[in-house]
Amino acid sequence: MSIPLSWFLILSAALFSIGFFGVLARKNAIAILLGIELMLNAVNINLVAFWRYLDPAKMAGQVFAIIVFAVAAAEVAVGLALIVSVYRRRQTVVADEVDLMKW
Amino acid sequence: MGQQIFLSGVLMQTAWLYISLFLIIGIIVPVVPLLLSWLLAPKKPNPVKQSTYECGIETVGDSWVQFKAQYYIFALVFLIFDVETVFLFPWALAMDKLPLFVVLEGILFILILVAGLVYVWRKGMLEWV
Amino acid sequence: MTPDQIIFILTAALIISSALMVVTTRNLIHAALWLVAALFGVAILYAVLNAGFFVVVQVVVYIGAIAILFIFAVMLTRREMRDRGPQLRKNWWLAALLGMLAFSGLAFLLINQADINRSAAVIPAGLDTLGALGAALVSPDLYLLPFEVASILLLAALIGAVYLAATRK
Repeated sequence: MSIPLSWFLILSAALFSIGFFGVLARKNAIAILLGIELMLNAVNINLVAFWRYLDPAKMAGQVFAIIVFAVAAAEVAVGLALIVSVYRRRQTVVADEVDLMKW
Repeated sequence: MGQQIFLSGVLMQTAWLYISLFLIIGIIVPVVPLLLSWLLAPKKPNPVKQSTYECGIETVGDSWVQFKAQYYIFALVFLIFDVETVFLFPWALAMDKLPLFVVLEGILFILILVAGLVYVWRKGMLEWV
Repeated sequence: MTPDQIIFILTAALIISSALMVVTTRNLIHAALWLVAALFGVAILYAVLNAGFFVVVQVVVYIGAIAILFIFAVMLTRREMRDRGPQLRKNWWLAALLGMLAFSGLAFLLINQADINRSAAVIPAGLDTLGALGAALVSPDLYLLPFEVASILLLAALIGAVYLAATRK
């Protein structure tokens, strides 16, 4: 394989920044979670690329990536359930309008 | 057979080439008929032709309606157990080469998640309403 | 340029453009579908990295379950699903600025790193990646604890999410 490691790292930095923009700029809470998914995928690209480029016999990178999958699944399950639950009570999914605990 | 050797030997040494070939064929096969029918079919629309086909019954109301929360629960339970298989698949492959307590670890992993399944079941969330 | 590099560049273009559509498109269903495209691109990258298991996991878990859950949630939280009005905050330009800053900062750090352009390590002949992954996950001196904790995390997520999403009578 003739791709330098830096290509993967730059791509995942770009993907992470796009996700970051989504989290900051979106109004809809579900769209914010979509941004977080992009960020988690950027992290996973990095982990698998480091596994491949440093020492494929050590499985640390792959194990970490699998744990990230589990965390992403848990985060999506609970996050979307929270949004659905909030929507049922307050009829909104706009993050700014959920301000019951705002001082 | 001769073509296979040519593909794996000359172009690229990996099996991924086959997958990309399948991908390309898999895209071409459905797209070409759609494109052909779009190019060749006569276009004479009328209101009856353009109405939504719903088992022959006339459609009632808007199709952009909110749907039931029950489907969401199923998708959610599916997601969690989908991730469980991701952990169990490598474990199942490594199981026969490793000592017995490794099997017990996997069983503990499954038992913890069975507790979740029992909870969902007892709450009656798996009933199809 | 080698075939690998061409595949990488095409995939990177797919990932970046669909990720940009995810964060900017107005219709949320379309955003979720663009997320599927981006995730598929990441699966291709895993294939390029010789991580076949992750290709399958990416398609089965991310595209097959997480993206579908997103689409379900969008459908559940819209009485009438058309999204009206702008979907970005008024000060979205500030977010764009911060995103650019984050990217340029990361790129700057990466470029100045020694050994950043290293090429891939040689995979030892006869290495059973998936078997080694399984062995690493369950051996007590490696990742047994994260393995079991992940199960508890999934249990907590399952119970919490079902409790929250359930309609009480």
